[in-house]
Order: sequence, then C-alpha cells, then structure tokens
Amino acid sequence: MITAERKPIQEILEYLTPFSRVLLLGCNECVTVCNAGGRKEVGILASTLTMARRKEGLEIEVEELTLERQCDPEFVEELARIIDRYEAVLSMACGCGVQTVAERFPTVPVLPMVNTEFMGASERQGVWAERCAGCGDCVLAYTGGICPVARCSKRIFNGPCGGSSKGKCEINPEMDCAWQLIWDRLKALGQSELYSHIMPAKDWRSARDGGPRRIVRRDLQP
Amino acid sequence: MSAPEPIIVAFACEYCAYTAADMAGSQQLSYPTNVKIIKVPCSGKVDVQHILRALQKGADGVLVAGCLPGDCHFKSGNQRALRRVEMVQGLLSEIGWEPQRVAMAHMSAGQGQVFARVASEFTESIRQLGLNPLRRGSSQAA
Repeated sequence: MITAERKPIQEILEYLTPFSRVLLLGCNECVTVCNAGGRKEVGILASTLTMARRKEGLEIEVEELTLERQCDPEFVEELARIIDRYEAVLSMACGCGVQTVAERFPTVPVLPMVNTEFMGASERQGVWAERCAGCGDCVLAYTGGICPVARCSKRIFNGPCGGSSKGKCEINPEMDCAWQLIWDRLKALGQSELYSHIMPAKDWRSARDGGPRRIVRRDLQP
Repeated sequence: MSAPEPIIVAFACEYCAYTAADMAGSQQLSYPTNVKIIKVPCSGKVDVQHILRALQKGADGVLVAGCLPGDCHFKSGNQRALRRVEMVQGLLSEIGWEPQRVAMAHMSAGQGQVFARVASEFTESIRQLGLNPLRRGSSQAA
C-alpha cells in the first residue's frame, strides 16, 4: 500500500487561514489501511481543526466525506454535485488522490492533509516499512523475494557493502542489512547459487529517472 | 453569579469503573453530579474520536476509566485506552488546549472510593483550568 502520515496541525491551520467552509475528504483505500486518511481520521481531524479555530474565535465549517478511491476519476466524479458548496477541499488521500481531485476541479483549491511516505507493508499493528521503490524492473526473482532497491540503503545489486555488520545496516543499527536477508533467504530456499549471479548495472530509466511514468493498456480502453 | 460547573464525561469500563461508580453510589460516597458516565464494554473501546467529539460538543474534561494494569477483561484494552488518551493529549497540545483536560484512571470493580476520589479530584483540576475554550462566554454546552 501507499503509506502516509498526517501533517502537523499547525501547518494545516496555516493552509486553512483564508477559508471558512471546507470539505475534508478521506479515501477508503491505502490511507485507510495505514490509518492516515480514512473515515476515522477524517473525523478526528475535523474535530481537531474545528476546536483549534473556534478557540481563536474563528468560525469554520468542516464537512466530512470519504470517497471509495480518490485516485480514480470515476469516484471523484461524486463530488461534482456538491463541490460548489466549499471554498476548498482538504484531501487526506495520498498525493495521487490530491492531484486527481485537483485535476477534475481546476478552480477549487485542493490541499494535502497528509505527507505521502512510501510503498510499504505492515510489519505489525501500527508499524509499516518500505518494501517497494517502484523501479519498474523487478529483480525479486533473483534476490529471494527481498528487494535490494527498497531495502538496501545504497540500492546496491551484488552483495552487501562494507557497512553490513552482524546483519545490520551502518545507516541504522536497528535496520536489517537487505543483503544479509537476501543471503539468508537464498540459503533457506536452496538457491544460494543465485547469490553469485552477477546482475548488470541497472537501467534506471524504467524508474523515476526516465521522467514521470504512465501505463497505457489498449486492451482496457473503450 | 457563580462560575458554571465543569462538565465531565467519564467513559467507564463496565467490568471495573462503571461497577465502581455503582459501588460508590451504594456506599453513599459523594462525587460531583456533573460527572456524566458513559458505560463502555472496555476502556479499549474508547476511540480518539469519541474523546475529541465530547470536547468539541462542550465537555470541559474527559476521563477514561479502565481496569487496573494487568487486570483488563480483554487483556490489553486499558493499555490501548491509555495510548489513545496520550494521543488526544498530544493533539490538544498541538492546538493550544490544555492536555490535562483528558485523563486516564485505573480501578477495580470494588473500588467505589477510588472512583469517588478520582471523579472529585479530576473535576477540581478541570475547575482550576476553567471552562472548555468553546464554552467560554456561554454557560451551556454546545
């Protein structure tokens, strides 16, 4: 999932300064799962902002709505019949959702309420960790299902660097060395010969280095 | 004209604090009448949003009362409740409200005297803080 964390309240209050009637818009997808911008978080933020503004003697009307998905024009279209009631939309979705809503309603300010963090998985309740960097050319088949792009601090491809010590990364002693994990898993799989498979220099054009990316599927188009 | 009495909302776990409040009544122990008790199946059922909405609607203080540490009927509900209380306290600090308006208390079902004492002390501490910032200038809850 895409993970996110709510922005500091003071930053949000600064965004809110010119407005007195806003729509606080949650998303039922990734940000719900990582407890950053689902229906519950919308309720919490709505109460917090209302209390903060009223304490200063400023009125604010915060209406709450959570869309099934903010990154999909089909669901964003639901806003068309109500958007005129609001001076701004406060989006609790990831950056994809904020931009989809903004693109559909070009004259309405759409403001981000969360910082989008990374593509990650839940390690345990309340803890998420980065697992995929979206490099566009997956190598997990060679690395025992552990990603050297997302989980190695240096994104190196052929074994650990000199900073790997007792299975931990020199960047952070609490962080596992991805290449230690890869080696342990290849051994457990009986695939240790893959460790000596030299991977060529990666072509990063399939990642963000090639500019903004698109996927076009002609088979799905009308 | 005297200052309006603070309104306290107490979320009380039915396995301990709610029974303790009942016990306080049957023992004829007095505690402030402005403590409004809401029975919950476990203090861990109380969400951040419940506490915030109580404050938003005019409560001057919110007390979450659960079982003694280690004695939760659902194992760890009271620990979860404490972490949520701490989260609300953090949010209140961020917006310039007094974090002491929200508190967690622990007690067993037989400790009627503890409920009465906690309710009285919490009410007094809220009285010292004054009314909920949203109620100032009005004597009624929103």
